[in-house]
Amino acid sequence: MALTVSYFAWVRERMGVSEEVIEPPAGVTTMADLVGWLAARDARGALAFAEPARIRGAIDGVMAAPDAALGREIALFPPVTGG
Amino acid sequence: MIHVAVQTDAIDVAAEIDRHDAGGHGASASFIGRVRGEDGLTELFLDHHPVLTEAGLAGLAHTAADRWGLAALTLIHRVGAMTPGETIVLVLASSPHRAEALAACEYLIDRLKTDVMLWKRETFADGRVRWVEPREGDQGRAERWD
Repeated sequence: MALTVSYFAWVRERMGVSEEVIEPPAGVTTMADLVGWLAARDARGALAFAEPARIRGAIDGVMAAPDAALGREIALFPPVTGG
Repeated sequence: MIHVAVQTDAIDVAAEIDRHDAGGHGASASFIGRVRGEDGLTELFLDHHPVLTEAGLAGLAHTAADRWGLAALTLIHRVGAMTPGETIVLVLASSPHRAEALAACEYLIDRLKTDVMLWKRETFADGRVRWVEPREGDQGRAERWD
């Protein structure tokens, strides 16, 4: 299934794109799976996702835990620092 | 009335207070967050999500308005590039009496540091650029309200 993944802050800088459409293999079903797959996919993914504990995510507009099942629109980003 | 905004334009604090005060509330509390020029900082850039940042602020605003029965609430966050002294965030909370307005104001500033999709990047005069790391204390302050 094709997913649209968007990246923010230093995750975006390390990935070199703000958004991409990807088609991960069938075994990738959770947020943690996706982060692991992106880290193994290429050098930029390895750089962006070297520390999964520092990655947060949202699925179809809602903040999601690492074990959450994937949706169509995924956002991956560092812990937030607003205010 | 709840007013939430995410904007690249400068926040006009005086105009926002005038708009907020149109209801003539008994007690109004405010918080203004500004860019600090420490260590030779020349620019603060706020990255955000085109949809979820405003949705996150709106969610917090409605939670606070319900929890403290607010008469009016203004919550505005700046994004993009700004310089020292500029306003990053403005919270105005009003209620018939002070306790609710003060508590809601503190809740909102604590929670938007941990719950809303915003990321700070600092640029310094000597050329250093760094993304800000979350502060340990912020999580604790946010969890006080659970």
